[in-house]
Amino acid sequence: MTTVAPAKPKKGLFNRPARPYVHPYVGGVLLGIVLFLAFLITRNGLGASGGLNRLIAGVEDLLVPGHIDRTPYLLKLAGGDLNPLDDWSVPVVLGAFFGGAVAGLLNGRTKFEINKGPSISNRARLVFAFIGGIFFAYGARMARGCTSGQALSGGATLSAGSWALMMCIFAGAYGLAYFVRRLWN
Amino acid sequence: MNPIFPLQAFLHPLSQNPWTYLVFGVIGFAFGYVLEISGFGNSKKLAAQFYFKDLTVLKVMFTAIVTAMVLLFLSSALGILDFNLVFVPETHLWPGIVGGLIMGVGFIVGGFCPGTSLVSASTGKIDGIVFVLGALVGVWAFGETVQPYWEWWNNSGFYGRLTLMDVFNLPTGVVVLLVVFMALFMFWGGEKLEAIFGKKDLSKEPKLRLAGAGVLVALAVVVLVLGQPTAADKWASISAERTAALESRSVQIHPGELLGSLANQRLRVMMIDVRDEADFNLFHIRGAQHVPLGELDTIVPQLLSEPSANTVIVTISNDELEATQAWQLLVSNSVPNVYILEGGINNWISIFGRNDGEIHRRSGSVGEDELHYSFDAALGDRYEAARPLPHEWELEYTPKIQLQQRRNPSGGGCG
Repeated sequence: MTTVAPAKPKKGLFNRPARPYVHPYVGGVLLGIVLFLAFLITRNGLGASGGLNRLIAGVEDLLVPGHIDRTPYLLKLAGGDLNPLDDWSVPVVLGAFFGGAVAGLLNGRTKFEINKGPSISNRARLVFAFIGGIFFAYGARMARGCTSGQALSGGATLSAGSWALMMCIFAGAYGLAYFVRRLWN
Repeated sequence: MNPIFPLQAFLHPLSQNPWTYLVFGVIGFAFGYVLEISGFGNSKKLAAQFYFKDLTVLKVMFTAIVTAMVLLFLSSALGILDFNLVFVPETHLWPGIVGGLIMGVGFIVGGFCPGTSLVSASTGKIDGIVFVLGALVGVWAFGETVQPYWEWWNNSGFYGRLTLMDVFNLPTGVVVLLVVFMALFMFWGGEKLEAIFGKKDLSKEPKLRLAGAGVLVALAVVVLVLGQPTAADKWASISAERTAALESRSVQIHPGELLGSLANQRLRVMMIDVRDEADFNLFHIRGAQHVPLGELDTIVPQLLSEPSANTVIVTISNDELEATQAWQLLVSNSVPNVYILEGGINNWISIFGRNDGEIHRRSGSVGEDELHYSFDAALGDRYEAARPLPHEWELEYTPKIQLQQRRNPSGGGCG
């Protein structure tokens, strides 16, 4: 959004002008190629909620190992000698975090800010972000994967269940959108 | 030639090849990078999807899905990729539907999904950071509260490795082409909606996107024309190596080894008895599953998504003929750790049933792969010989089972 080109363009990572996003279809093709290569090389697609789940299980394994051995769900992740972090989803999540950070810095989009609709306060936006995070992640674990692991990865492999739950994600969001329109409009 | 992808190293536990963690890290990096440059770090852009103002989410997601889908099935058709080894999320229909709806609520309320919140957080967006914190609470809460509905979560609407091809009973190529058409239709409709609700000027959209759509359709047609490799094609590609294994008798295990494996806590033995129902009802080894040879292909998806790393499959017929055919079918479909019971049920009974008064050796000539014994009653697995006690038998045999440790590809620890 610069109007006048500065005589000396600033070189720093944190104050370069924000560049526009790539065209959605270009982004989609690039994402599709990353997803394809992931499947081709490793047999696994992409994922986010599974890795977060394992990070939490790792923390619980450190703090309350006895609790894990009494909880069947956690037992499969971290019971006994199992290391909950020894899974493909963990490096993918950490990589995604750094990949986003580098893309943001290179394109001048890294900035401490709160993105929200014009009619709500910063505090309300953060409260709803927190609640939304809880809901999304709870649903993702129930569905055994989120938009990345199920909708994208399962969708590309034509898994029937992944397509059903992808429709449900959109149905849930569209169904509620009207009632929470003040959050975004 | 055997398909070279997915790479062998990724079929085994990752800790056996530590460099594989790095590969996943690089894939994750590319994933996060692409999400960010597509605008997915910005919650306003994501939420606009649900007010029809900016359909970036739909466009990026479905372009990615169809691109990856076409490339996946093209690689499979060309014999580069073994699709049976690709992780297809199992269908747990009801938990998926309920979980999906809950995710939808989280999406519109929170403004992100987990993957996008990560890149939002890493580019300094405070709402993204807070969403990630909420998500960590959410995954923790699920682990703590799933117990009361554990049965429902694991079993309701469970169909295993089920694809749209199975649901609609259509060839893979047809489904691929239909999904491409559906996506293109959604893009066309989405752009119309953006013009109405988002006041977007469609004439400024690059014309190149039409060429891209043409390429996708063309590739999908190639997938349709080539078709996916059949079990016979796959067997042809591996037959030399596997026939050698059959002929050197390295996959036929002695009844004593089967008995020992059944008692071995570290192995999970799955016996698949492929004989006809009459023979199975007369006598079978306790714990054996009855799957007639003609129906064997229906359980292949279940065997492929078998989560246990230590599962051994043993095929059983009266002699070895049908058991060997079953072995070929399973091996052609990339099912790991499959063995044949040496000499079949006849050999088993000749060892464990020789003192049983209710089992009689039939006189006269008996055809190949037919029972050499007759029984007073169809007791199934209630004969002593159907459940011999391992410690009562000291048998000499050459152990042949070499367990290939398999990596469980379902990352969230589900299943």
